[in-house]
Amino acid sequence: MLADPFILAGRTFSSRLIVGTGKYQDFLAMQRALEASGAQVVTVAVRRERLFNEKNQSLLDFIDLSRYTILPNTAGCFTAEDAVRVARLGREILEQLNNPGANWVKLEVLGDKKTLLPDPVGTLEACRELVKDGFQVLCYTSDDPIMAMRIKDAGAASVMPAGSPIGSGQGVLNRNSIAIIMELLKGSGATGGSPASASPPSHYPVILDAGVGAASDVSIAMELGADAVLLNTAIAHAKDSALMASAMKHACIAGRESYLAGRIPKRRYASASSPWEGTISHIPGE
Amino acid sequence: MELTVNGQPRSLPDHTTIAELLIRLNLQGSPCAVEVNKSLIPERQHEQTKLSANDAVEVVTLVGGG
Repeated sequence: MLADPFILAGRTFSSRLIVGTGKYQDFLAMQRALEASGAQVVTVAVRRERLFNEKNQSLLDFIDLSRYTILPNTAGCFTAEDAVRVARLGREILEQLNNPGANWVKLEVLGDKKTLLPDPVGTLEACRELVKDGFQVLCYTSDDPIMAMRIKDAGAASVMPAGSPIGSGQGVLNRNSIAIIMELLKGSGATGGSPASASPPSHYPVILDAGVGAASDVSIAMELGADAVLLNTAIAHAKDSALMASAMKHACIAGRESYLAGRIPKRRYASASSPWEGTISHIPGE
Repeated sequence: MELTVNGQPRSLPDHTTIAELLIRLNLQGSPCAVEVNKSLIPERQHEQTKLSANDAVEVVTLVGGG
């Protein structure tokens, strides 16, 4: 029995870090980073087989399918129609592999290749279609709170707001929006430091997806009440991927514990940690 | 017959099935999914599904991604 289980689409995990498998120098570096991250869910992309090359090493030769839940994405899709096609293709492959992620999809419907920002209209359309088709939709979106509500209402298993643009390494640019998303999707007690009288948050999972640059960004997202963080580039392109993966793991745990512990409210002025009583010094103004 | 496989023109004998195409591509038994004219053809139908001239076939697999 886990003390603080992370329940996502009906499955229970101890790790709250989800990592991507893209952009690594080679598969061995990826394998080492996955191991160091402690992740139990990893994302993959669906792409054409390379038909005219010699058969190269395959990603799947380097991922222990009995250990990881594979979350296929719809990266590179700019219309709802294409995202639905790619989600179904991903499911078809994972069903052959008997992986529990078979009916999961990380839904991305992008608006533009330069910004990689989500197209909200296409995202919602694809989300509805995939939910109807039996998918557990983990839905990438911007940090817009109203859009996040719409996606939850459409039946997504998780809403995954971006901290900042994909691969940008800018961290959580709008903490206020992320905090509002937590409140709207989980209830008023969702954000850290709330008074004890606030209603307990619901378990609806919100995952901070995209924009992480360093471990501190993961902690910030978790302290804001995110249930998990999904990231790829910050590990894959770090000078030492495995070391950064380990840092991300610890930052995720630290942020979660900090959130659960309940932070102190911020105040304008100082509050001494040592007692005033018994000081032998002269105190200005007294 | 002429058709496209993963965006590339290709010549195949008439009535080639998807299963036969995968053998030609050395992909039999590999984890992959096949779409013909934007419709997914599940693995259990690969043996009996015959391709037609001008079909657009996509054969996809899983790669690293975020």
